[in-house]
Amino acid sequence: MGSYIAKRLLVLIPVLLGMTLIVFSIIHAIPGDPADTILGDKATEQSKQALREQLGLDRPWLEQYFAYLGDLLTGDLGNSIRTREPITQEIGPYLAATVELTVASMLFAIIIGVNAGIVSAWKRNSWFDYICMLIALVGVSMPIFWLGLMEQWIFANELRWLPSIGRMNPRDPMEAITGFYVFDAMISGQWSQLWIVMKHLILPSIALGTIPMAVIARMTRSSMLEVMQSDYIRTAKAKGISKFLVIYKHGLKNAFIPVLTVIGIQTGALLGGAVLTETIFAWPGVGRYIYEAISNRDYPVIQSGILIIAVMFVIINLLVDLLYALFDPRIQYK
Amino acid sequence: MLVRKSWTIMITLVLSFVLILSGCSGGNDSAAPAASESGGEAAGGGKLIVGRGGDSAALDPSIVTDGESLKIAQQVFDPLLAYKSGTTEVEPALAESWTISDDGLTYTFKLRQGVKFHDGTDFNADAVVFNFNRWSDPKSEFKFEGDSFDYYDSMFGPEEARVIKSVKAVDESTVEFTLNQPQAPFLQNLAMPPFSIASPTAIEKEKENFKSNPVGTGPFVFKEWKRSDSITLDKNPNYWQQGLPKVDQVIVRSIPDNTARFNALQNGEIDLMEDLSPDDLATLESNPDLQKFNRPPFNVAYLGFNTTKKPFDDPKVRVALNYAVDKKGIIDAFFAGQAEPAVNPIPPTLWGYNKEIQDYPFDLAKAKQLLADAGYPNGIDQELTFYAMPVSRPYMPDGRKVAEVIQASFAQIGVKVSIQSPEWATYLDDLSKGEKDDLFIIGWTGDNGDPDNFFYPLLDKDSIGGNNYSQYVSEPLHKVLVQAQQETDQDARAKLYEQAQVIVKKDAPWVPLVHSTPLLAATSKLKGYTPSPTGSEPYADIYIEQ
Repeated sequence: MGSYIAKRLLVLIPVLLGMTLIVFSIIHAIPGDPADTILGDKATEQSKQALREQLGLDRPWLEQYFAYLGDLLTGDLGNSIRTREPITQEIGPYLAATVELTVASMLFAIIIGVNAGIVSAWKRNSWFDYICMLIALVGVSMPIFWLGLMEQWIFANELRWLPSIGRMNPRDPMEAITGFYVFDAMISGQWSQLWIVMKHLILPSIALGTIPMAVIARMTRSSMLEVMQSDYIRTAKAKGISKFLVIYKHGLKNAFIPVLTVIGIQTGALLGGAVLTETIFAWPGVGRYIYEAISNRDYPVIQSGILIIAVMFVIINLLVDLLYALFDPRIQYK
Repeated sequence: MLVRKSWTIMITLVLSFVLILSGCSGGNDSAAPAASESGGEAAGGGKLIVGRGGDSAALDPSIVTDGESLKIAQQVFDPLLAYKSGTTEVEPALAESWTISDDGLTYTFKLRQGVKFHDGTDFNADAVVFNFNRWSDPKSEFKFEGDSFDYYDSMFGPEEARVIKSVKAVDESTVEFTLNQPQAPFLQNLAMPPFSIASPTAIEKEKENFKSNPVGTGPFVFKEWKRSDSITLDKNPNYWQQGLPKVDQVIVRSIPDNTARFNALQNGEIDLMEDLSPDDLATLESNPDLQKFNRPPFNVAYLGFNTTKKPFDDPKVRVALNYAVDKKGIIDAFFAGQAEPAVNPIPPTLWGYNKEIQDYPFDLAKAKQLLADAGYPNGIDQELTFYAMPVSRPYMPDGRKVAEVIQASFAQIGVKVSIQSPEWATYLDDLSKGEKDDLFIIGWTGDNGDPDNFFYPLLDKDSIGGNNYSQYVSEPLHKVLVQAQQETDQDARAKLYEQAQVIVKKDAPWVPLVHSTPLLAATSKLKGYTPSPTGSEPYADIYIEQ
């Protein structure tokens, strides 16, 4: 297992290097003079020139790229042009907000999706199955921004059950310790705050988690259907083990590998949807950070933001691969 | 039996998850989060929660140029002079009074006494000198890496041509400004938020961190900045204006999506919101718990002609097309009526506006006839490139749709245009170069209450390559504008600008389209708010009625 993990980690190096190259090239392919756009109408030619020098825009492309790589190796992501603060310092709270939202969304997607898929497979062709698969079909094709705004309208404006935006109640704000508010509330024992933080998480995680939930449900259903027809399940049933145990212990363990693949892919895809969700729910995460950087042409931030999302994607894939090995010991020897 | 049991477990599992998350298990306490979580505090001086579209870039107003940053600056800092509530008229702020020498080169300000910065240090003449030196001296040790004082450079001239020669402290409460040449809008400029006075002690102590820990003399004291989320400001208990500010705390939240922001307002999560979409006006008006505010128009949206290109190098063609734009129709369709037709380049609220000028009315027959007189009896045979803005701005919510309406009118008089909307940065780049576009839509929002701030950057020949996107050259106009910049008597200046409007109307480098009145919405309990034409104002007078 150890050598497997080491091998997987080694493969990451060229992947990450390639990513930096792609991100860097895309950013620099955007037309227009960044200095113009960044500084806006009212800037003088002098400060534009100073910015070009500061960004190294007057240097050759390759030189810029290697300088960028060098900085990256020393853990320096550069400074944001808009706020003039170091990105490494700035990105922490954004990252925490995105991770918290992603985890909540995936928990929602996995718990509802896997269970709905299992029950659908088990009750194949029943009304429950049909309804689940209909919801899954609608869920996959639902635009996130539309779903988000509808949720706000129904659960916040009409029913008044849940807050529609933000991570906490600004009238009674929460002090950040780690930046993960759910943890922070638990560490400091503020149970009423924990409650409020959780309520703020519900609508955005449903908006973000609906597509993965639908995909996971469909995958679980078909995978379970296949497994349930295999011989060992028939044997287990014949031995008189309870149906619940047959399904959740024997069936699910084998049906789970393809589901795991889907979960991995969907978690990665979720990061893309986070930009929209974070905008609609005023969630101060990395998606928002990138979105605002794009509208301000804040190159260093766009570059670092995309890189960080890409790294998160790679890490998720690594985790999924390692989990495969856990579920199916044969895999690590390949 | 087995089946039923596992079903029950299954459902319990799912339900308990949903219950934990949704908070339904607590019964009533999940209802109306805003009301239940805030009811207690609202009883005091209260908290004011403002929702806006974007976050601040930095909190030191002298190094930024974006409106969102300057909004916070107005709460934390005071300039020497300020704009009177709801207008662009200058009134005393940190400076109580002033005298101007006859040659217009020396301004002497008497400063308010007893004012303290939020860090407890005294506001005095030395503090004013410190701030102005910091902005004007390129080698200042308080100009930190990456900082540039763009507004200072653009209002008071770049390094090689500074308007302000020196600033010196005559005594504790007197400051003398000496200018290199007279500058008519000098006082107007001083009142702009970028020239607010910051605490020298705080700058010396915080150094480059000052931009996220601002210290001024303003109505509110900076408390906390959660990036892209909220900025929290506490009441300044020692504010020099008696009885202000009225609320104990202001929280400014960034909520980028217009609809989500409006949802939050309806839900009670914010008390005041900026930039209401005209589409939501009807919903707002049908809700008795809400009220609307209009920011006075201080902008202009226009259709510009590229005067270096055929056929727009001929003023007759430009005038003819002025008759072919239905401004009233555009306002009804895309501004929900929240705008007024523009006649001149400056809004009618600004002094120097020429009321005598009549607009070219919407009259397609007349347009066709004038076009024929200009030598185009069958319209224009080449297809022209019409640049329409790809982004929404306060003066123009949807440039493309407006362009389509104009395209249809033009087609009726035989002028064919194809609409293009490249990405915003490229758009601006192309307009200032003037090579790709034949006509275009763009606009401008005023920075201060001076007509020069519209005419010179937008229409003077010196501004070609900058914001004079029409590439319009008029020697008579240039003469008038330069004269107006050096004249110190306001009445005489007003006359000059009235003259400028006559020249522009006749030459018609533009079709002035609209002056929009941006919409704001608030809970009906919010009182004491007067939106300023400049785009932001101190929140000191606002309070929430119980």
